Amino acid sequence: MKKLIVVFALAISFVLFGCENAAEKKVVNVYSWGEYISDGSEGTLDSNAAFEEYYFEKYGEEIEVVYTTYASNEDMYAKLKSGASGYDVVVPSDYMIARLINENMLEKIDFSSIPNYANISDEFKGLYYDPTDEYSIPYTYGMVGVIYNSNFVDDADTGKWDLMWNEKYAGRILQFNNSRDAFGTAMYKLGIDVNTNDEAEWRRALEELKAQQPHVQGYVMDEIYNKMESGEAAISSYYAGDFLSMYDNNDALGFYYPVNDEGEIVTNLFVDAYCIPKGAPNKELAEIYIDYMLSEEPAIANAEYIYYASPNKAVYENEVYIEDMGEEAMKVLYPENFNFKANYNKLSYHNLNSEMLALVNGLWEELKISSATGETVYVLAVAIIVALVGYGVFHTIQKRRREKYY
Amino acid sequence: MKALTKIYTALIFIILYAPIAVMVLFSFNSSNSTGVFTGFSTYWYKELFNDPATLEALKNTLVLAVSSSLIATIIGTVAAVGISKLKSKHTQNAITTVTNIPMMNPDIVTGISMMLLFVFVSAALGMSQTLSFWTVLIAHITFNLPYVILSVTPKIRQMDKHLTEAAMDLGCTPFQAFCKVEFPAILPGIISGLIMAFTLSLDDFVISYFTTGNGFETLPIRIYSMTKKRVTPDMYALSTLIFIAVLVLLILSNVAQGDGTKKKARAKK
Amino acid sequence: MQSKPFMARLMAAPHVVWSILFIIAPMLFVLYYAFTDASGAFTMSNITELASPSYLTIFARSGAFALVATAICLLIAYPLAYAISRANPKKQKFYIMLIMLPMWMNFLIRTYSIMAIIEDTGFVNNILTSIGLDPIHMINTDGAVIFGMVYNYLPYMVLPIHTVLSKLDNRQLEAAADLGCTPAQTFFKVVMPHSRSGIISGITMVFVPSVSTFYISQKLGGSSFDLIGDTIERQFQTAYNYNLGAAMSLVLMVVILISMAIMNRYSDEEGSVVA
Repeated sequence: MKKLIVVFALAISFVLFGCENAAEKKVVNVYSWGEYISDGSEGTLDSNAAFEEYYFEKYGEEIEVVYTTYASNEDMYAKLKSGASGYDVVVPSDYMIARLINENMLEKIDFSSIPNYANISDEFKGLYYDPTDEYSIPYTYGMVGVIYNSNFVDDADTGKWDLMWNEKYAGRILQFNNSRDAFGTAMYKLGIDVNTNDEAEWRRALEELKAQQPHVQGYVMDEIYNKMESGEAAISSYYAGDFLSMYDNNDALGFYYPVNDEGEIVTNLFVDAYCIPKGAPNKELAEIYIDYMLSEEPAIANAEYIYYASPNKAVYENEVYIEDMGEEAMKVLYPENFNFKANYNKLSYHNLNSEMLALVNGLWEELKISSATGETVYVLAVAIIVALVGYGVFHTIQKRRREKYY
Repeated sequence: MKALTKIYTALIFIILYAPIAVMVLFSFNSSNSTGVFTGFSTYWYKELFNDPATLEALKNTLVLAVSSSLIATIIGTVAAVGISKLKSKHTQNAITTVTNIPMMNPDIVTGISMMLLFVFVSAALGMSQTLSFWTVLIAHITFNLPYVILSVTPKIRQMDKHLTEAAMDLGCTPFQAFCKVEFPAILPGIISGLIMAFTLSLDDFVISYFTTGNGFETLPIRIYSMTKKRVTPDMYALSTLIFIAVLVLLILSNVAQGDGTKKKARAKK
Repeated sequence: MQSKPFMARLMAAPHVVWSILFIIAPMLFVLYYAFTDASGAFTMSNITELASPSYLTIFARSGAFALVATAICLLIAYPLAYAISRANPKKQKFYIMLIMLPMWMNFLIRTYSIMAIIEDTGFVNNILTSIGLDPIHMINTDGAVIFGMVYNYLPYMVLPIHTVLSKLDNRQLEAAADLGCTPAQTFFKVVMPHSRSGIISGITMVFVPSVSTFYISQKLGGSSFDLIGDTIERQFQTAYNYNLGAAMSLVLMVVILISMAIMNRYSDEEGSVVA
């Protein structure tokens, strides 16, 4: 017991000590996706540490980057909405930025203190979520494509979204476990606008997903990596950059951007961008941080680490970067003859209004409920209940008898 | 009969530890996959020690698990004893019911409702940036409490109440009676409650996620936020190291204690 | 002896205060959301929406899964806890720690590892095919979800049962045998009644979290069907419908509370029989 108390006292003092240390330095609080910045592994640049050094050299003051991570836009939104977070920089995706702007949760960025904004290609300015370019600065972008295992999948079957519905590969197809992305695959396939407010169109997509359901191995998210790499599943759709990372572990994997009958690419496009939340305690520091991250060295390090496409000219025009990535990867990330801006507003997800969100969610639940579980579980459950009730009755009778006896 | 018991126990331990074996295997993977084993390498172990953020998260996780489980065990044990002595059955039931609420809410409901509470209170008091280590600590203590109480209570029920009375008749104050009679009797329950609380706290992601702030990041939060990109084997390496460290400690203490008992037994003879 | 009720109240007080501050107060937020709509006006529609057949299916399904998992946990854990409780005291501690240790590894990592074992191309099936047997399809089935629940919550069943059984004196068993009990009779007349409170703790600690789990069904069940925990999680995560999510967890809680109340009465009766 005494030992425990000592451990406890140590633990508490540890924390107090830790807090005290942090309070003296200037701090910039960054909140981003997990694994979304170069962290110094494999001898690469540790972007945050490099920023701390850069800041010290330029301003003569110490600064600390407090870098924490989230797994989804929705998690981040809940945290920001609570208003008690104190973050200076966040990196949401496009539709979430639209939502945040709409709910007045972002600060306008002072672009005069971010000269490196000039590095961002004009193709990524004036996009729908921030039409006047006041609240966001693009960090990465990408497209969803179809990944397949060429050991199992006939090349002739590839090219369109159809592959994910092909019954030849029943039981080896993975679908997104996320209503928006799953509906997206069906809607791109059917040529429906993914941001439609027409209920009938969403229902049409639902029917398509129901038709796919018997062939689907599972509805998954992060398991895609393991299942595709090990050959457990043969077909799935995911982000181009992540395909490259799977390809490193299994070179039988292939990838394409699905096209429609007219041969145009129809798939989800997304942009993740730096934003400053309303009430950020260190807005100026946040801008210095963002500006630094747009400069050549950290921008290249981050792009090479994340494997997503970069909207930064200092990155995608840099020869070292192009060489590092390799020809094939460049082709996947930056498809030729594809005008991003022209397609973006049409193919990206927009923020749905609450009625549509409720509808989509309801339809998604309908899909999940329609797949029945086996009866065995219910039979067993009923058997257990019967046994319990039986035991209860038996026990009560016994007890009564005993009471009589006394 | 003896052999059968042994086989049965062994079988269960094999099943319990099979996933751990897989974890150890993938921590030595040469690629960043946790699905295909491409070759043996200690790369991820080196990587791990070059990653201060992960080590910081590990420290945070341990501090949180140790302090929350200890505090929960103290409050919970004292409460369990107190509750069992309450005269009114209804009060007893009411308290137990309320205690169990955090256990039956899905984590996300507990997490978000606690976050709302902290934010609401801080807004009312005019504070900013409330979410911090302290709020996560409170949340963890709260969801640990039912497990502690649930494991201490059976021991109290089992205990012979006359023993306490006898102790007091023999001149013990109620406090002394508690320390000398009740406490040793319920100690196994307290320890299993402590272990459970520690385990739960160590692995919690959702509740920590919503109640944390101010840069306090635990290991589970770090691991889960990797899921969009990929959980790399350095996390497996870290878990493997923790696993081996604990296992070695356990075996050492078992061996030491085993020697101790043998010596004592011999001395008695 | 006048100070006794006072002492009892004093001992329970910190916990009661804590519960009011950090359990009841957050619950008020859940209540508030369950009975309001998005604009904050009072409504019963969240609750009534749950009466639809689809939600009732989910509730029934979650209950059935949790019940089966709890029963299997009990069947596996009891002999194990008993066997451990008969070992020498130092060994017992060691065994108990061995049972808890896997749970100290991250849940996500453990689940990925389980997947690597039971997948169609996983370790088990690789072994089966290499010795010439037919592979078994395990992942994404009901059985896999049940396995996941049992795997994760088994320790919470073993621990409380072991705690009470470890107090059981071997001499008591010998006495029963001497008095002519068969081993089965000894078990049902001596061992079982002795461990009843441990069993009830164990059942609570396994059933309650199993019923509201969401991660296990997503990863091991392939998310092809929903449990109530998945549905609640989705209301908060993707649908932003805190109101419906709160209503669901409220209903879930009430259902669990009622079943626990029944069980508690049961155990109280036992208590009075023994005392």
